[in-house]
Amino acid sequence: MAKIIIPTPLRKFTGNQAAISTNGNTIREAIVDLTNQHPDLKNHLLDATGQIRSFVRIFLGDEDILSLQKEETMVAESSIVSIVPAIAGG
Amino acid sequence: MQDVSFSKAELERYSRHLIIPEFNIEGQKKLKQAKVLVVGSGGLGSPLLLYLTAAGVGTIGIVDFDVVDETNLQRQVLFGVESVGRSKVEAAKERLESLNPHINIITHNVHLNSANALEIAKNYDVIADGTDNFPTRYLVNDVSVLLDVPNVYASIFRFEGQVSVFNLVDQNGKRGPQYRDLFPTPPPPGLVPSCAEGGVIGVLPGIIGSLQANEVLKVITGIGEPLSGRLFLFDALTFTTRTLKISPHPETPKITELIDYQTFCGIGPNSDQTASLVPEITVQELQKLRDHGHDYQLIDVREPYEYEISNLEGDLIPLGQLEQSLAQISRDRPVIVHCRSGKRSADAILLLQNKYGFTNLQNLKGGILAFAEEIDNSLAKY
Repeated sequence: MAKIIIPTPLRKFTGNQAAISTNGNTIREAIVDLTNQHPDLKNHLLDATGQIRSFVRIFLGDEDILSLQKEETMVAESSIVSIVPAIAGG
Repeated sequence: MQDVSFSKAELERYSRHLIIPEFNIEGQKKLKQAKVLVVGSGGLGSPLLLYLTAAGVGTIGIVDFDVVDETNLQRQVLFGVESVGRSKVEAAKERLESLNPHINIITHNVHLNSANALEIAKNYDVIADGTDNFPTRYLVNDVSVLLDVPNVYASIFRFEGQVSVFNLVDQNGKRGPQYRDLFPTPPPPGLVPSCAEGGVIGVLPGIIGSLQANEVLKVITGIGEPLSGRLFLFDALTFTTRTLKISPHPETPKITELIDYQTFCGIGPNSDQTASLVPEITVQELQKLRDHGHDYQLIDVREPYEYEISNLEGDLIPLGQLEQSLAQISRDRPVIVHCRSGKRSADAILLLQNKYGFTNLQNLKGGILAFAEEIDNSLAKY
């Protein structure tokens, strides 16, 4: 159970919702649940083998999941997960 | 520090800095001695340049190859109506010199690339990245690493902004993360739209570029805690801010030289490949078909809100709905597909050819922008 904050570039795939509540006990389960709820997100977040794409960064609270247990990092009901995509506008 | 002095006019101009105890004249001297390279004089570059100039940064370099366009004025507050059509760096220099005659503005009216970037940037102490594309962002990062100077970063899209300070060595000699630590690989081309394709709310670069300017001043003067090792995110739509921790990425390669950043970002060779697979028609050829009343179908794969700005009276089938709308696409007469600039329509044609076996499709080269430019200048460009 975690709330995932959807960045602006991906909101068109979530019906413009800025945050989505997800099921799952780990980051991976939460992201998979998110892509099940909004299938159009899948191509943007996961590669063909189901791994989180390298140009999308995931944070639990203010911590990069790479400095935690990566995709297997546990999430709680109160967890806020941020998806941070690369954007390049100036 | 070599002796830096101020004229009476400068002392008066900077007096609100001089009376801040932790800033004072020492901070102002550091600003006057500093040399900052601002890459890109667009949405972010506008507030950045205005505030760095007003604050008294002694030497400011501006890199931009573009000219001021009507569509810039909604957010690029450095420029006015009289600047349209002029070189951005020249128009910027004129405006900035009228704002502060006590500093030195250096213009670099070039497209920053691997061949010229080190030569241009080597004379500066800080780089501020306000560019609008991924290849230049990776280029700026690698230049800052190779020259060992901090890279004050900001980026925007629609309602969202990012700010950080990369490659900064702190007072204990510890180097903070770089851009490649945050984003080791660029997204594939086309997945993340640019502001030109996706839009940006005009105030956002004002907010984010001002935060960027503040970080530049902190990095120069050494006051406060610079945004190193942290990424600031701002969502203007929900007024949510977050500050996330970033650290060196285990897979970040050691930068030893500049590379071909177009290829690194998947741009370049791919575009040529696409062109050879997608039959094209020019706007002049389309106009002939229109004039002679030929039977063909024109399909517009843009979004409805783009169609409202200007259109060629084509059948509107947004790219995302193409596969659900196959029945609306003719197979027994020529079909011309267009979008804003020709990119999305090429993607649409590749999809229809490869997955659904269409053989009667042509891409309108340059899209509705080229049509507005060369055939019908009553159409609004965006």
